[in-house]
Amino acid sequence: MNFKMLSKQLLFLVFFITIWQLVYSIGIFEAIVFPSPKNVAFALYNGFSSGDFLIALGASFKHLLLGITTALFIGTVIGLILGKSKVANETAGMYLIGMQSIPSIVWVPLAIMLFGFTESSVVFVVVLGGTFVMALQVRSAIQNISPQLVRAAKTMGVNGIELFYRVEIPAGMPHYITGIRLAWAFSWRALMAGELLSNGPGLGYSLRYAQDYARMDQVIAIIIVIGVIGATVDHGIFSKIERNVMKRWGLLKQ
Amino acid sequence: MLLEIEHVNKSYWDDKQQVHFPVFSDVMISINENQFVSILGPSGCGKSTLLSMIAGLEETTEGTIKLNREPISGPGPDRGMVFQQPSLLPWLNVKENILFPIKKRFKKKEAEEQAAYFLQLVQLDKFQHHYIHELSGGMQQRVAIARALAMNPKILLMDEPFAALDEQTRENLQDKLLAIWQKKKKTILFVTHSIKEALILSDRVIVMGTNPGRIISDVNINLSRPRKREDEQIIILEKKIRKLLKNEVNKALKDVWSNEFQNA
Ligand SMILES: Nc1ncnc2c1ncn2[C@@H]1O[C@H](COP(=O)(O)OP(=O)(O)OP(=O)(O)O)[C@@H](O)[C@H]1O
Ligand SMILES: [Mg+2]
Repeated sequence: MNFKMLSKQLLFLVFFITIWQLVYSIGIFEAIVFPSPKNVAFALYNGFSSGDFLIALGASFKHLLLGITTALFIGTVIGLILGKSKVANETAGMYLIGMQSIPSIVWVPLAIMLFGFTESSVVFVVVLGGTFVMALQVRSAIQNISPQLVRAAKTMGVNGIELFYRVEIPAGMPHYITGIRLAWAFSWRALMAGELLSNGPGLGYSLRYAQDYARMDQVIAIIIVIGVIGATVDHGIFSKIERNVMKRWGLLKQ
Repeated sequence: MLLEIEHVNKSYWDDKQQVHFPVFSDVMISINENQFVSILGPSGCGKSTLLSMIAGLEETTEGTIKLNREPISGPGPDRGMVFQQPSLLPWLNVKENILFPIKKRFKKKEAEEQAAYFLQLVQLDKFQHHYIHELSGGMQQRVAIARALAMNPKILLMDEPFAALDEQTRENLQDKLLAIWQKKKKTILFVTHSIKEALILSDRVIVMGTNPGRIISDVNINLSRPRKREDEQIIILEKKIRKLLKNEVNKALKDVWSNEFQNA
């Protein structure tokens, strides 16, 4: 079953590259804007073997990790406050949704004015990218705790802080995992937006650098790297964890 | 007296109509240690509300409830509750659910032994590593019962614990509960809709009425145990209580209909 799926996916890839090669061979586009699959493969190979991509990736992951941990932390705090306090939620809940709906690239000019063309401004954009989704998820985690479970726990002598960490936190776990996955997805997008307009290092910066030198093969190679990482982390890690948690919490019938 | 419910009134504030909505008034019940007491009553007469107040989850509007002469001021593990709706923790397996209330209060070994004992009692030892959503409704109810028993409470409050079960399972669990009650010398307050169930199980049956909610009858059941479901005396008592309840249920329904009529 899994093998069958994999072969279908591989077949699609071969098909796609063949068409690409065909279009290239016909020569409708200039080679400078339409590199061949081979050129892109070389660019990929060179990028990795020269170490350029690894350095860029390392820098990107540093920004991402710094940004996302901060985002998860701030998001959790905001979410807890809004979830626990009705007043806070009525006051600020709307604004949180508003903030979440702002595309992260919008923060880039603001970040540059605040921090200049530094890595800090990239991290800042990543933080803003991930914070609000996480806050929204933590808030719904708190708001959706079954009051019946809380009542039951109280009759078993579980109260206060113990109630919080033995019932409320585990009850919200599916929401937190979803929050982390979404925060990652938004932060990853924000990271690229921020790095594109930064002075490096980073994957997004390398992308713009390649563009400045009209290296379409490198541009496509980097886009492929970005896509592969995004898909791998989302499908390979977060979706799996999320599924397992949902199953364990009985939210997924199977 | 283990439990004393003294002149208890309960009403809720109805926000829409801006009035106090009375659930019941002047409820008086005293329960002795080791007594098995059932409460029967039409839907909405406040049985669950009464148990919640004894559990300390809700406050009385007037009157006091005392456990061992101490007024109840909040929930605590000296009163074990089996809720009308399943209330197990889905992220824990069966055994962990039973350990949940006791693992902080008992020594580890003692807690483990207690859990193992009650798991076996409700015949779920083979399922101890299953998660809650992998169990049938009846099995879940058994876990809830085992969890409440394992806490070793002074009094066990059970709110229609067998309502959702088929008749065989229900009778089987009734027998088990009786066995536990006799063996472990428990005090049980048991809410049910089934007159038969109340008569098979209890030393005493309290019948509640509606509009306003109140106690309309408090009968001692002085029949020897074990009791047979087809026993003549049980059937006579059943008829009596049925008649008593029928009037109340008719009254409750009539009120609902006339309200609907007025609203239409
Ligand atoms: N939190 C609440 N707020 C307002 N009214 C409530 C609340 N809880 C219960 N009531 C009302 O109190 C009355 C008694 O409810 P309760 O659940 O105790 O009935 P019950 O006797 O357990 O019924 P059933 O047999 O159907 O379980 C009902 O009319 C219900 O509408
Ligand atoms: Mg009820």
